[in-house]
Amino acid sequence: MINALSIEHVSKSYVLEGASRPVLKDVSFQVRHNEIVAIVGASGCGKSTLLRLIVGLDDAYRGSIIRGGPDGSASAKVGMVFQDHRLYPWLTVESNIGLAFDNTNLSASARRQRVRYYLDLVGLGDYARAYPRQLSGGMAQRAAIARALAQEPDILLMDEPFGALDSILRMRLQDELLTIWERNRVSIVIVTHDVEEALYLADRVLVMEPNPGRIRDVFEVGLPRPRDRGGFVLSDLKKRCLSTLV
Amino acid sequence: MAEPLLRTRFPRGAVVPIIAAAIWWLASSTDLLSGPMAVSPWQVIQTPFLDASGRELWGALLASILRVFAGGLLGGVAGLILGYVAGMYRAAGLGLAPTIHTVRQVALFAWIPLLTAWFGNGEGTKLVFTALSAFFPLFLATEQGIRQVPRPLAEVAETLALRPTTRILRLYLPAALPNIYVGLQIAALSAWIGTIGAEYAIGNGRGLGSYIASARDQFRMDIVIIGVFALAAGGVLLAAAIRLATSKLSPWNREI
Repeated sequence: MINALSIEHVSKSYVLEGASRPVLKDVSFQVRHNEIVAIVGASGCGKSTLLRLIVGLDDAYRGSIIRGGPDGSASAKVGMVFQDHRLYPWLTVESNIGLAFDNTNLSASARRQRVRYYLDLVGLGDYARAYPRQLSGGMAQRAAIARALAQEPDILLMDEPFGALDSILRMRLQDELLTIWERNRVSIVIVTHDVEEALYLADRVLVMEPNPGRIRDVFEVGLPRPRDRGGFVLSDLKKRCLSTLV
Repeated sequence: MAEPLLRTRFPRGAVVPIIAAAIWWLASSTDLLSGPMAVSPWQVIQTPFLDASGRELWGALLASILRVFAGGLLGGVAGLILGYVAGMYRAAGLGLAPTIHTVRQVALFAWIPLLTAWFGNGEGTKLVFTALSAFFPLFLATEQGIRQVPRPLAEVAETLALRPTTRILRLYLPAALPNIYVGLQIAALSAWIGTIGAEYAIGNGRGLGSYIASARDQFRMDIVIIGVFALAAGGVLLAAAIRLATSKLSPWNREI
């Protein structure tokens, strides 16, 4: 199996006031191993819903979603980062990250070691014993990313992970994410409303449109990393991307 | 600058009791209050130390405290478990909650005739009654608390594939804890009232309630009044102990 993720003809609708309202209509795309795919679109185009379907929080849909494992096995591990960090406020940062190993047979010392590794990876080594409310927004989001990565997922889903952060911090975390992605072989599907972010991070950008949510266009970003945020190719792509969106 | 500091240190809540005690003391020392039922504050203060039947206060207080802990633990744990089940599982909630909410409407003391018929005129009834009075507040609080667990955090448990025991210990219980704490405070006071009430109504054995009841029968107003004071002190101590224990148990809410 060459794809980490295959979405085939996925449709979903909600029933609202007796009428069925389509949120997703015939969405199909593939994510290759180690690929970063970004999904952009206006709010209400079903991009968050799509992630919820992929991670399994919602299984009322038509079509098929196949999460392919790295060696052809059909059970890939899927990790998820939400827009809000969703750390458990009553657990320290290290215990929050430790939750990722709850469903594994790892020994206590191996767990401690990995928690430490992922804490250092996101630069929170000194905050192991802190509670979430003692962290800034960016630190909490990094802890959430560490928690998702600690599951060692084959596919990492990110739902506007930097949406609530200021633009400078956002750029820094984008670079951190790319560094982490290069070190850990993982496929990433990132939902964002920020076209620049999508083009900077992704190999491919899917543009979705609402009513009902469907894929309108796909842009290949064939640029090597690290990319120049102000470069000509990205600006041109951004122009074309925005023209399909607006 | 020192003056306002001193002024704030004086406990304002003490003003009314001090004035009341002064009036009482004046009234009894000027013989305004007289007759067999009139006692002076001084008499009341001496009673638990100098009077033979007054000294039984300490044993009675201890017995009541033990009873409130034993009965409260019994009912509290039952309330916690059933409240958890009712809050967690829709079927259990639908099956259990209406019955419990209806039974709760029965005034607590209306249970005493039934309970004495079932458990006799002894320790059993008092314990069951105390347990019952601790059960309802904790059941309600736990049920509500579990229901109010934020959905986003429950979704994280889903995406991390947490085991059921981890979900209980790391998600549902801590999330419900603020509610449970409030329930615990109400339950402690309710259990204290329940204990004293059961002792008073049944009237035998050791305990503050029966102590006050028998003093009333013997027209010992000094013992009745010191008994009432002990009752209030016990309630205040209980509430303070619960508050202290609960703040120790949730370090994540402490200031940075």
